[in-house]
Amino acid sequence: MKPSAGIPKQVEDALENLSVTTSRRNLLRSAGLLVVGFTAASTGPLTTAARAQTATSGAGPYPDPDFKQLDSWIVIHQDSTATFYVGKTDCGQGTGTAFRQMMSDELDIAYDKTTCIMGSTDNTVDQGGSGGSTAVERDAWPMRRVAAEARRVLLEMGAARLGAPVDQLAVSAGVITVKADPSKRVAYGELIGGKRFNVSLTGNNVNAATGVAKVKPVTELKIVGLSPQRYDIPAKVDGSLKWAVDVKLPGMVHARNVKPPVAGAKLMSIDESSVRGLPGFIKVVSKGNYVAVVCEREEQAINAARQLKANWEKPATAPFPSSEDLFKYMRSATPTSSSNPIVVGNPDTAMAGAAKVIEADYDIPFQGHTAISPAHAMADPSNGQMTIYSNDMKSYGMRTGVAAFLEMPRDKVRVVWMEGPQGFGRTAADDAGCEAAYLAKEIGRPVRVQWMRNEETAWDTKAPAFTVKVRGGLDADGNLVALDYHARAADYNHVGYNEPDTVLIAQLMGIRRAKPAAGGAATPSEMYAIPHRRMTSEVVSLPLIWETPLRTGNLRDPNGPQSTFASESFIDELAVAAKADPLEFRMKLLTAGTTDDTGFKRARSIAALKAAAEAYGWDKRSSPKPRGAGDILTGRGVAYAFRGQSIAAEIAEVEVNRRTGHVWVKRLVCAYDCGLVVNPEALRHVAECAMLHSLSRTLHEEVQFDTEKVTSVDWNSHPTLTHSDTPARIDVVLVNGDPNPKRPDLAPYGGGETACKPLLAAVANAIYDATGARIRRVPFRPTRVLAALDAARV
Amino acid sequence: MSNITLNVNGSRHTLDIDPSTPLLYILRNDLSLQGPRFGCGLGQCGLCTVIINGVATRSCITPVSAVKGEITTLEGLAKGGKLHPLQQAWIDEQVPQCGFCQNGQIMTAKALLDKNPNPTDEQIREGMNRTLCRCMTYYRIQAAIKRAAKVMVAARPTSEKEVVA
Repeated sequence: MKPSAGIPKQVEDALENLSVTTSRRNLLRSAGLLVVGFTAASTGPLTTAARAQTATSGAGPYPDPDFKQLDSWIVIHQDSTATFYVGKTDCGQGTGTAFRQMMSDELDIAYDKTTCIMGSTDNTVDQGGSGGSTAVERDAWPMRRVAAEARRVLLEMGAARLGAPVDQLAVSAGVITVKADPSKRVAYGELIGGKRFNVSLTGNNVNAATGVAKVKPVTELKIVGLSPQRYDIPAKVDGSLKWAVDVKLPGMVHARNVKPPVAGAKLMSIDESSVRGLPGFIKVVSKGNYVAVVCEREEQAINAARQLKANWEKPATAPFPSSEDLFKYMRSATPTSSSNPIVVGNPDTAMAGAAKVIEADYDIPFQGHTAISPAHAMADPSNGQMTIYSNDMKSYGMRTGVAAFLEMPRDKVRVVWMEGPQGFGRTAADDAGCEAAYLAKEIGRPVRVQWMRNEETAWDTKAPAFTVKVRGGLDADGNLVALDYHARAADYNHVGYNEPDTVLIAQLMGIRRAKPAAGGAATPSEMYAIPHRRMTSEVVSLPLIWETPLRTGNLRDPNGPQSTFASESFIDELAVAAKADPLEFRMKLLTAGTTDDTGFKRARSIAALKAAAEAYGWDKRSSPKPRGAGDILTGRGVAYAFRGQSIAAEIAEVEVNRRTGHVWVKRLVCAYDCGLVVNPEALRHVAECAMLHSLSRTLHEEVQFDTEKVTSVDWNSHPTLTHSDTPARIDVVLVNGDPNPKRPDLAPYGGGETACKPLLAAVANAIYDATGARIRRVPFRPTRVLAALDAARV
Repeated sequence: MSNITLNVNGSRHTLDIDPSTPLLYILRNDLSLQGPRFGCGLGQCGLCTVIINGVATRSCITPVSAVKGEITTLEGLAKGGKLHPLQQAWIDEQVPQCGFCQNGQIMTAKALLDKNPNPTDEQIREGMNRTLCRCMTYYRIQAAIKRAAKVMVAARPTSEKEVVA
């Protein structure tokens, strides 16, 4: 049977196999499920890995699965199990499990009779992969609708088979029965197992894809709201999962990059004789300032890349100020862009009339992704096509980018998504996919490329550095009457997602897009009713914007932790100035509002803060608390923020060692409102880890550089959170502050990033509460804490 | 190049290999044991951890020529189709996010519990401290180690428990 455009290969394979044998084993195998049976380990990623290692690529083409065909999304097998094909990637937050829960619910099939295949461009419709915490908030809607449509079609087939109209049928766990006579029954597999639905969907784009059927009201969902264990975990702990780093192909070779020794350096010459005689040496590939060494074996490529001699010419002017001088530079630079200020009331007049005005500056340095393992990809150029095995969270974007970069027809390129080290935005711009594909085309053999630790830590994409000035005016009663927030971010030429003109290999080859991305600087995300306020954001540029290790990209809520550190630290400073309890001060600002948005965000913010206070056992008092006498000072701090419609209120309890400057966050509380919760246990886990990710950024992380290069390049020079830093207790409370939490259309909101936002300020506020010292510069390493304690005479 | 013999997970392998090659690449690329993974190549993060003669060892900085004795990798922990109590605890506590570091976490924890079956919270923090996770699953890792320790102590023969006590 010849592949026809628009139908996933699995369906074709399943049908082809049907003519050979109807055994379940073969059907499942051809549907991409190499492990028979629905144990928790028989999952998509394992499958794609196994496929990768058992088959060399054909010649393509790889047409896009058609999102307007029901068969592109759901295959029902003869044993009444189902495979869901979705265009998303799960970076370890359990979104795949959530998709299965939602689709199983709509299809009326048992959760454990389903599997989920994700993110490979020739198998699954293009839903863009991951990003922006949109998985359950946006992308699950078409999944739910198509599953509901499949249920509708199956019910119609059941009606014909059972000789009863649809309204007299019941369906449960994949079995349709006649209500009046349950002995009359037919299972989904008997109706359609291994065959196509051949049902067209409508919708102008994948997000709008829909059939005729409507999704169930929330009140009828049975699997949503339960916490089945994440299906991807067993294979991650028993060693059986095959990751993108694990792919092996016949004839494969290994490559390592050689990066410019200083930013902006120009390659003058390469002395190939320095590596030619090394064991396994195949080739030095270079174009412009991009250099890679290719060898037969991995350790040979590592050695050869280290030994390659090349002459580089330093740039005439410094590419950037040193990290010590960064904020001075940012404050004095002329912005490349300024937003139109968001103005409410008359902030200048109100500020002039305020009884008390305070002002503060907050600095947040560049912070990297510093993924636990560096960028990597394998590219197979066989038969005139290009297959890339990658953990890129936006596999679809990578496919388009590689095709454009290599000037190959898009349908000759595919990306097979497999799991890898954390996503968080780095793998949306992972660089290695384009490099592997370029090298594979040059060498004519499958090439596996992996960055080294120092390369990744120095050259990965960075969250923009921020400097924020905030002024606030209080009236004589301690009410906040005016707020002026002014943020500057070093975010000019923010890179996109594997774009052929911003991916690092393209930059190093001298490719330049005409108009660099403007970048941005976020404003606060709270629902405080402040009568007069102004919020301004500006972007500044470093001197070097291309081929620089200080290229900014999206890191897990790209601006949120920075802007919220400033805004929620400042609210605390205002509460101190007003001699008010910081939680009550915030509550007052929320309850002073009289309007709300369509998602009831103000009401839900109040509910989240209340829930956090209750879970923590917050006692009302102002900060700082009376200072104790010993070395260890303790305190508590609160902060809150929203992202989209998700809301997080967090409380940190700290121990500060006044002698060493060491900070231990002993306890964390998060009250999290993400609307409809699909899998409570998985969401709690996401919130825990999101808070700790931000805690690492709070206490440890900073990209350091001199005026030539990044100098924080490994886990010693770029420390991260460790086991010893881990709080003794973390409480995540899932809140639903919707005025009508049982309403049938209650929506789920993204949970992957919001909990990252308030944590930095919560810790800063807790340190102030403990010590009376205010730290306005991230990270809070011991030397900085000691300096702040000294300044406050603690 | 020279012939090197490795005993891994109860199997013996002889390879003709550059003896300075770090063990990690031999395990992953020649023996297809891909539980240990590359994280830093500097012995700083722990992703590549294997157990050699009971000691958690960073295979990325261990030349294959220096390896003497039995190597256990993540793939060798389960016995007779039954997961090691640590692996089961990792599932019960739903520890991983991306999961990429968990080889190092589990193998380091295994060596820790083999030496100290009943560690205090402080001993767990200290023993695990240089094993990094960038998804920040530390809280659940520590819970899983405590859970596994309980299971492992309970499963010991009574006489042995008395000796431990």
